[in-house]
Amino acid sequence: MSKEKLVIESLSLTYSKGAPLALKEVALGIEENSLMAFIGPSGCGKSTFLRCLNRMNDFVRGVEITGRVLLDGRDIYAPDVDVTQLRRRVGMVFQRPNPFPFSIRENVAYGPKLLGERDKGRLGEIVERSLRNSGLWEEVKDRLNAQASSLSGGQQQRLCIARAIAVEPEVLLMDEPTSALDPMATARIEELARELKKYYTVVIVTHNMQQAARVSDHTAFFLMGELVEHGPTTKIFTTPRDKRTEDYITGRFG
Amino acid sequence: MPNRGETLKLSETAPRAVITVIAMSGILVMAFILYFLTKEGIPILKDASITQLAAGRLWYPVSSPPLFGMMSLIGGSLAVTLTSSVLAIPLGVALALFLTEICPKRISGFFKITLEILGFLPSVVLGFIGMVVIAPYLQIKLELLSGLNLMNASMLLGVMILPTVATLSEESLHAVPQSQRDASYALGATRCETMFNVVLPGAARGIAQAAILGVMRAMGETMVVLMASGGAALLPESAFDPVRPLTSAIAAEMGETSVGSAHYHALFFMGFILLLITLSLNVLVIKIESRGEVK
Ligand SMILES: Nc1ncnc2c1ncn2[C@@H]1O[C@H](COP(=O)(O)OP(=O)(O)O)[C@@H](O)[C@H]1O
Ligand SMILES: [Mg+2]
Repeated sequence: MSKEKLVIESLSLTYSKGAPLALKEVALGIEENSLMAFIGPSGCGKSTFLRCLNRMNDFVRGVEITGRVLLDGRDIYAPDVDVTQLRRRVGMVFQRPNPFPFSIRENVAYGPKLLGERDKGRLGEIVERSLRNSGLWEEVKDRLNAQASSLSGGQQQRLCIARAIAVEPEVLLMDEPTSALDPMATARIEELARELKKYYTVVIVTHNMQQAARVSDHTAFFLMGELVEHGPTTKIFTTPRDKRTEDYITGRFG
Repeated sequence: MPNRGETLKLSETAPRAVITVIAMSGILVMAFILYFLTKEGIPILKDASITQLAAGRLWYPVSSPPLFGMMSLIGGSLAVTLTSSVLAIPLGVALALFLTEICPKRISGFFKITLEILGFLPSVVLGFIGMVVIAPYLQIKLELLSGLNLMNASMLLGVMILPTVATLSEESLHAVPQSQRDASYALGATRCETMFNVVLPGAARGIAQAAILGVMRAMGETMVVLMASGGAALLPESAFDPVRPLTSAIAAEMGETSVGSAHYHALFFMGFILLLITLSLNVLVIKIESRGEVK
């Protein structure tokens, strides 16, 4: 087994004191340069869990998190951790494409500029490389100064991926990145996700089981805040250990 | 008996007709005002040329021969508008940023109510505060001849337009989608970086409009400047010189002129100038709005 990039140890989360746990003692390892899919019915805590991995839940008022998330062996919830630094290492792509109201170029350059890159030439290289790696370059190379909003939904989502990888993260989290897209655009993103795992550790949330089966190396199945089962995707989909997993993947609920 | 189709038609066209009539009457009133100001203002050109009016510094409408130089008055209007804008617009935008991005909801609610009350404050009350509180204070602290001056009026005007600027800016900051803030945070941006690099640019158009509306209010406000600006028809050389903006000149002098006199026409001409300025600012607001729609 290759190195585990992320190790999550008995992670529990509640959105407010006294409310039921949104995550219950989740423990999971995520291999480096692999693609892991989180599946489960809506409301089971997939997004909540994903957002724990780059501490985006920190913004939610009243949230309480216990347990540990180790990135390369170091707890990202340790008090001395610089959260902005962490989020550069663990990038995120959201459910709906959310480009900034800037040009295509400025969207991709946003992260590198935050890191202090001012050199036009180097920024240009980063923009081109990121757009190439997100499969968007050929479509937009002649109109980098066009507004991001002029792109189609699928293109916008790939732009968001380009924006996320422009800061060269180590992990890329994608929360149902294709739920707002048509089948063609979805296929492109899936292809891209498989490509990206060569360079990054990729985690993708999906409520589409076929998608998980198509793209992922490992699958984790969540139900009501619990991690029911996880393992190699082929195994989860052919010989699940847990009855609930079997019920879910055979479409008996969800 | 009307059939169902016809009644439906009526219920659809009736609101439309009402709206059209209201909109048309608005335009009609505007056209009437423009016509009236033009008709009553233009005759001053018989007594004074455009250059005399615009470039003349001396406003002695009742001396003989009368002098109708409006430069000092126009300058006074521009000076109070500019000074109050410089004071209030950055403050209003900063306040809006603070309310949307920094302070907790509970406290921002309190601030918003305070702003609203400030917005409802009658201008005569503000003018009164200018006369009895600010003027003596300025006079003593800065050893001025009079505390009724450009700075006094501008500060009061600033207080008047602050709610406009802050509330409208706050609205447009609020309209920046949370998802864009999230995208910025997820790239490792701090709150501050997100505020300046994403939220402010995203709201820039709305903020520009808020600022222009503030400028328009300051330009058109009468009571405050009448009471607190000192009323001297001089081009101000410092922020503590008295001024006589167009609005206060019209308000103060209109009652003392005889209808149809040159002075009367000159005052209407000043109203005409004010209207032109506000109209062009209005056009600017619309331009900013439509530029956003073409994407
Ligand atoms: N910001 C929040 N505040 C309170 N409860 C939340 C919040 N976000 C999600 N939840 C709740 O947590 C549970 C898990 O939600 P989520 O992680 O979005 O599920 P999924 O992504 O699997 O659909 C749901 O019951 C949801 O209502
Ligand atoms: Mg979700």
